[in-house]
Amino acid sequence: MTHLIIFLFFGALCLAGAVNLLVQRHPINSALSLVVVMGSLAVEYLLLGAEFVAAVQVIVYAGAVMVLFVFVIMLLNAGEEVRTKGSRVAMLFGIPGMLVGSALVGWVLIERTGSQTVAAGALPGAPRTIGWLLFHNFLLPFEVTSILVLIAIMGAVVLASHPDTDSGKKKS
Amino acid sequence: MAPISTLHYLVVAAALFILGVIGVLTRRNVVIVLMSIELILNAVNLNLVAFSRIWGLHGQIFAIFVITDAAAEAAVGLGILIAFFRNKETVNMDEVDLMKW
Repeated sequence: MTHLIIFLFFGALCLAGAVNLLVQRHPINSALSLVVVMGSLAVEYLLLGAEFVAAVQVIVYAGAVMVLFVFVIMLLNAGEEVRTKGSRVAMLFGIPGMLVGSALVGWVLIERTGSQTVAAGALPGAPRTIGWLLFHNFLLPFEVTSILVLIAIMGAVVLASHPDTDSGKKKS
Repeated sequence: MAPISTLHYLVVAAALFILGVIGVLTRRNVVIVLMSIELILNAVNLNLVAFSRIWGLHGQIFAIFVITDAAAEAAVGLGILIAFFRNKETVNMDEVDLMKW
């Protein structure tokens, strides 16, 4: 019962944070509500028994990625967003498309109510188990991901570096 | 003791996904669009971890890979945003029309 209450509270908090992210007009407020979403999702992962994923969620998402977002918002000094009416074609196709998509998702969820339930913690995602899987069964994807991160770092440095000092030559 | 079924998590993930899609489609600020993409990726993660409770731990491994990709995507996306802001002094999506026909 306690688990259900915790689940409902943090699920509602997560969705409220997501709605607040869309409603707020200043990017800083959106970033802070995204932190709320990440934190409550970490609690949901803990409820699912995924301890390592919850820790990674807090450290990587709520920590590193959000600091990056806040840093860029501060750097660009992005002010409040001015709303426009949007194009009429987007309204004409977007709203029915959104309704159809939502109805489809809801229908799939209702059709598949026979999903199994497993007691919480039946499959513990302890760091030891995850690490063993990661370094045995998934070693190649793990290494490929490290190359991907390396490429992303180099891409970010090249993109964000000043045009005068790119291609490795410092002119100034 | 009412156990939390997988469907509960799927509902939360679907709602999060739809909110993320709405954010990507409606907001003008590029930073908020990137944040909405993070929302979508988080919805996928919640699905993966929820299904990993039934089908084994591989879902959690994939969730970790998705988190890594999301961090890489945020770094590159924000780098592109900074490079763009340096050229055009704006962060609005609808003013990004360099490649518009």
